[in-house]
Amino acid sequence: MTDTICAICTALGTGAISIIRVSGEESFSIVSKIFSKDLTKLADHTINYGFIKYENEIIDEVLVAIMKGPKSYTCEDVVEINCHGGIATTNKILEILLTEGCRLATPGEFTKRAYLNGRLNLSQAQAVNDLLTAKSDAARKVFMNGLQGVLTKKIREIRQVLVDLISNIEVNIDFPEYEDNLVITNEILEKHLNSLKEEFTSLLEDAKTTNLVKEGINVCLVGKPNSGKSSLLNALLNEEKAIVSNIEGTTRDIVEGSINLNGISLNIIDTAGIRETENEIEKIGVEKSKKAIDMADLIIIVIDKSKGITSEDQELIDKVPEEKRIIFMNKDDLDGELILSDYKVITGNTQNIEGIRVLKQEIINRFNLDQINSKDVTYLNNINQINVIKKCLDLTVNALTNLENNAFVDMIEIDIRTIWELLGELIGEQYDEELLDNLFKNFCLGK
Amino acid sequence: MYDIIVVGAGHAGCEAAYIASFMGKKTALITINKANLADMPCNPSIGGTAKGIIVREIDALGGLMGKVADKSHFQIKMLNDSKGPAVRSLRAQADKKVYPSEMLKELEKLSNLDIIENTVEDLIVEDKKVTGVVLANNEILTSKIVILTTGTYLKANILIGDTNTPGGPHGEKRSNHLSDNLEKLGFTIQRLKTGTPPRIKESSINFSVMQEEHGSLKPYTFSFENEVYYDIDRQEKCYLIYTNENTHQIINENLDKSSMYGGFVSGVGPRYCPSIEDKIVRFKDKERHQLFLEPESKYYDEWYLQGFSTSMPKDVQEKMVHSLPGLENAIITKYAYAIEYDAIDPLQLTPSLETKVIENLFTAGQINGTSGYEEAAAQGLMAGINAFLKLNNQEPLILRRDEAYIGVLIDDLVTKGTKEPYRMLTSRAEFRLILRHDNADLRLTPHAHKVKSISAKAYQRYENKINLINEFKEFLQTNSLNIKENKEKLEELCQIEFTKNIKLIDALKRPEITLDILNQIIDLTKYTSVFEEVEIEIKYEGYINKAYKEKDKLIKLEKKTIPKDLNYDLIKNLSSESRQKLKQVNPLTLGQASRISGVNPVDISILAIYLKKEYAHEN
Repeated sequence: MTDTICAICTALGTGAISIIRVSGEESFSIVSKIFSKDLTKLADHTINYGFIKYENEIIDEVLVAIMKGPKSYTCEDVVEINCHGGIATTNKILEILLTEGCRLATPGEFTKRAYLNGRLNLSQAQAVNDLLTAKSDAARKVFMNGLQGVLTKKIREIRQVLVDLISNIEVNIDFPEYEDNLVITNEILEKHLNSLKEEFTSLLEDAKTTNLVKEGINVCLVGKPNSGKSSLLNALLNEEKAIVSNIEGTTRDIVEGSINLNGISLNIIDTAGIRETENEIEKIGVEKSKKAIDMADLIIIVIDKSKGITSEDQELIDKVPEEKRIIFMNKDDLDGELILSDYKVITGNTQNIEGIRVLKQEIINRFNLDQINSKDVTYLNNINQINVIKKCLDLTVNALTNLENNAFVDMIEIDIRTIWELLGELIGEQYDEELLDNLFKNFCLGK
Repeated sequence: MYDIIVVGAGHAGCEAAYIASFMGKKTALITINKANLADMPCNPSIGGTAKGIIVREIDALGGLMGKVADKSHFQIKMLNDSKGPAVRSLRAQADKKVYPSEMLKELEKLSNLDIIENTVEDLIVEDKKVTGVVLANNEILTSKIVILTTGTYLKANILIGDTNTPGGPHGEKRSNHLSDNLEKLGFTIQRLKTGTPPRIKESSINFSVMQEEHGSLKPYTFSFENEVYYDIDRQEKCYLIYTNENTHQIINENLDKSSMYGGFVSGVGPRYCPSIEDKIVRFKDKERHQLFLEPESKYYDEWYLQGFSTSMPKDVQEKMVHSLPGLENAIITKYAYAIEYDAIDPLQLTPSLETKVIENLFTAGQINGTSGYEEAAAQGLMAGINAFLKLNNQEPLILRRDEAYIGVLIDDLVTKGTKEPYRMLTSRAEFRLILRHDNADLRLTPHAHKVKSISAKAYQRYENKINLINEFKEFLQTNSLNIKENKEKLEELCQIEFTKNIKLIDALKRPEITLDILNQIIDLTKYTSVFEEVEIEIKYEGYINKAYKEKDKLIKLEKKTIPKDLNYDLIKNLSSESRQKLKQVNPLTLGQASRISGVNPVDISILAIYLKKEYAHEN
């Protein structure tokens, strides 16, 4: 009840902006670590413009509202980050907050805190109470559904290894005179920690694939205005979704459409083009395009074959790393002589199915889509799970470092125990006497 | 009329009676037999893992166990030296004759303490308040407070094979009526079991085939008074042997004759103290089990065979013992036995160890379901202190889980209860990095000073230590290691090459460097007495800070109090299991409530919200 918590407070992915709320004692200090300004030095109850930065990378341009407790929703120090909508950016910021020390709020937790801290009036008590009970039941169900099968089994296995290890260490500590029990040495610990490190790393690797399965691949179409991006989009989608015209700069909003490629959804984003412009509305569109390019898994650079390559096209090709881009030479049905001999390109036009087919095959090859069997990847599937496993990996690495420095087994055990507890919370299988039960079950001790 | 009557003079009773009279209350200590005061009916040792830390905590709070143990052991060891600072703990082989007599000497120094030989058969209770006790001869003694420290004597049965003899350890009389009367008063009584191994005549043991076990070669004391009474070089030895195939065969063939396996015992025994037959049945694949021979006393011709607790009949015990190396011709002086006894359900206690059923009645030790001399002594001490505080209308002294093993012990008992004799283990303490043997005085002296359970001298010693630690830390912070001058010495001592001068405190953070090494380069002898504390705090700062952060969280929840008269039936939405558990435990704080097994976090939130709503005006 004293942790600093955070959660996305707006409906995900639909609005133009998303709000992430952070509440608790450390909310100012945690957000300050990733915001371009120090919140503790800013005036209370203000909205501040700046950037979310993490590991030297600008994640998003945001507005940050700061509300010092008790004059806030929860009566605690509250920070609200208004970021640009879209699942990827919002999730990224949430993930960073979790890494930096926040805990993901449970359903209704902000309201609960508001109540506990006396913010809501007494007549609201019962309502909150019911909400809490209902929500946590619902959350429990969702949680159980999300975590069935392979992941739970996997984590149970890891926990069993950990609890055996911990009990053995505890036995060594609590019954030191019993030398005929296996004594856990640093060498044994190192072996266990290294395989633990592998387990967590591969869980996180799997998470990426899971994400492909669940969220799909974000494909961004870029190119100078009127290069035929929207037509290509429509050809891919087989429907008239984007506004297609011959006037430069008519696509102002990112239009999303999805196609299903080998069972994986391809989220195709058409951009407004990245031409320098004085038109205010169009400017916003251009900014959004830049953003979309940053967040995409794959970028299709569309070049009008009939018009020849411009410096703008060249700049795009240079900007996007080769493994992340496909160059599509569009409009090969019109006259034009452009040949890009230095790069691998796909040539085609939106009137003819052949070029489009080659393009789709290229995407399948890039992501090995023909090899993904979606049944295999029932692993980590939400940000909280991923974050817990990341923490476990960090703790494992930390323990290995301490091991190298010849730290005492008692210290190393603190990390191992934390991992065991975190995993227990993740699968909701932890009880008070678990360790002692295991200890007495497996070791023979006593007077 | 006494202020306080303590019933039973085992380890809990002695500490309770001592501290109550030391603090100024007129106290009576009633025992069945004065000769068995502070008796050690089982293992001849004090301390051990976690338990050694408890002894130091007892000492810091003003109790006697540490001081008396220092005067009466013939071997002492620092356990787990190589496993980490948080789990180091002292264990001494205490002399079973000297310990009780030293304890009696201490108690006899107190002018306001009467030691009375008698049996208590009933309590006098008026209006749910205890006002005295009824003795075996129907004599009545009155008092404001009664502390029950009856150990294993309540309706005790001694079990050897299929024989079942009413009586306590040493064939003493048991207390026949007290537990029935407690039940009538409303207490829930549970039946527990423990056991003890055989004793062997010294002159019949062939030690030459056994492996020797020695004490530590550094002087150690439990007490922070730090007076060394023993000769380090002349410590007694213990011995290690193993069971063999033959032993296992004898046991397997006779299982049906054991009290436990023959179905003659109803009590629940502790998992950490299985009998040898238990070990052999449960761990079939193990070819041998470790056993230790420990001397009982310099004055007795008797050794304790640790690890060989059994409830087999006497003739089988003979065969079992004779199958062991060096014990082929052993004479058993006391046969192993199991003992069954009554205890109360500790959920009926408040954290001050006063019962919820009867006011002014406190209980401590095995009657509360614990096992072990140290666990008993710790509770006795706390019951004594809290009885004193209650008489003076002061707040009770309740140690938190982050402050002391004693806090963990009592919190576990009154919050979770126990179904087997409860033994302290380091794994029970989530804050063990803070709860170390070296800082027990730093953790607890302020409490002891506040309630005046220690002398002015002890407090002065604490203040001096704090000052020395601060001065030392300041010294390490402000002074640097001159690399040029000490290059060779450093390379020789720890194989490190530094490139530039480094602050002492930063040097110490390096894994290769210890204060003992630095002391050979810069004179730090002034601070050697606090080396351990300071080195641990600096070297393990990261882990320790993490622990302090957790501690802060705990404290916040502990500060949210729950009214004693809260009616849990009025709180809607509580799960029925949680409601029942909360009613049973009646926790004092939200922190305590959150530790009750079976009460889930949602119910804690609901409880918190209800408290806010109903008691908002009080906060």
